[in-house]
Amino acid sequence: MSGIALGARPAIAHGMRLQWEPAQEAHVLLYPEGMVKLNGSAGAILARCDGARTLAEIVADLERSYSATGLADEVTTFVALALERRWLELRE
Amino acid sequence: MSAPHAVGPPKTSHGVGPPLWLLLELTYRCPLHCVFCYNPTEFAATGPELATADWLRVLTEARALGAVQLGLSGGEPLVRDDLEPIVAEAHALGYYINLITSGVGMSEERIRALKSAGLDHIQLSFQDSTREMNDFLSSTRTFDRKAQVAQLIRKYDYPMVLNVVLHRLNIDHVGEILAMAEALGAQYVELANTQYYGWAWLNRAQLLPSRAQLARAEELTRRFRERVGSKMQVYFVVPDYFETRPKACMNGLGSIFLAITPDGTALPCHAARMLPGLELPNVREHDVRSVWYDSAAFNRFRGEAWMQEPCRSCPERQRDFGGCRCQAYLLTGDATNADPVCELSPHHHLVTEAVAQAERAAMAGAAPGTVAAGATPLIFRDHRISIAVEPRRGAAPAA
Repeated sequence: MSGIALGARPAIAHGMRLQWEPAQEAHVLLYPEGMVKLNGSAGAILARCDGARTLAEIVADLERSYSATGLADEVTTFVALALERRWLELRE
Repeated sequence: MSAPHAVGPPKTSHGVGPPLWLLLELTYRCPLHCVFCYNPTEFAATGPELATADWLRVLTEARALGAVQLGLSGGEPLVRDDLEPIVAEAHALGYYINLITSGVGMSEERIRALKSAGLDHIQLSFQDSTREMNDFLSSTRTFDRKAQVAQLIRKYDYPMVLNVVLHRLNIDHVGEILAMAEALGAQYVELANTQYYGWAWLNRAQLLPSRAQLARAEELTRRFRERVGSKMQVYFVVPDYFETRPKACMNGLGSIFLAITPDGTALPCHAARMLPGLELPNVREHDVRSVWYDSAAFNRFRGEAWMQEPCRSCPERQRDFGGCRCQAYLLTGDATNADPVCELSPHHHLVTEAVAQAERAAMAGAAPGTVAAGATPLIFRDHRISIAVEPRRGAAPAA
């Protein structure tokens, strides 16, 4: 799979902006001349990618918020996709 | 938790979503005279520019409806000396702000002020990779200035986004253009082939590339992408005339895009000012909500009721919405026709004939990247010509 370390600290990539849009009732990711609307889960993940929290902490926080367990794979897969699309970057 | 993913644009209960993308054409004034400009050829006959307070009101009203991507364009937006307060207000309202500029008028002082006002991104246009062709195509001496502005863009930590409009006279320079972009440290490059509206429509016979030119440029771009990998995103926009299906223009008129022209006229697409019978609302008289949801012009091409055959019964009509209304009008004289770019259109021959004419011109003439002696002269975007020119509607421009 993605091979992102659980200790990595993902952050919204330089030049991108994540914000909540009331009119769309969604988080959107804004970048030069483009916009991606995120569903609830994707928004919840990206909103926690602040460059301070580790991937493991993000997973734990989401599991608490959603009263769920075993989210690590799904979250890691989405973070990998977001890195590939340059929505996110990793901070050391 | 449901599977995380990206989703499409929203619709309200009555089927019309918000104007997510707002373009403010702050002025038609421009120090450049580009032969491919999409601005209306009759721009000099439009009314006075909106005042700062009008623009700020438009920003507030559109944001309340859900507009979030903001383009500041023109003309050359840097001509407006109130660009900084407009950016500051837009930033405070929560827009993502794109400045679309030739770079002429940018200084270190201004970029510093724009940065602190909250400008998110600058898209810088070049006309070519060489000073000679850049300056010829814009009828100005601006190449060196643009290169300096590119350095400022880097210094002020903006993503480097370059736009180069392609056509017969510069498309053979794509390799050099990409090398220039790489040397400038570009992260995004848009190679946007000219689409034929406004001044480009007047100059179509001189600007439309040949199929071979287009194929070479695409191949060079493909190889360049392979070499540089993901450090640079290169978009190559094919001219509509070489397609067999039309673009989903504006995702359908009145769907997500709202442009406000310098005099306050609201448009459902950049070129809609030319469409006959559209009583375009003006933000001097109407608020943005009523412009977007209630005006006849913005409702005119929503849905499918306006369509004619072959669009009306076409299984692809929800994918491309019949293509571009302005292209349909320019080429056929009727904006409700299928975009003739579509090979299913009974008017498709108008497009293939234009391409064939370009092929002949390329064969006959001129070495790539030059203008043949004796060819019809290019018409440069110019205030005086704008007054003199009769918009040629419904008929192809002469070769």
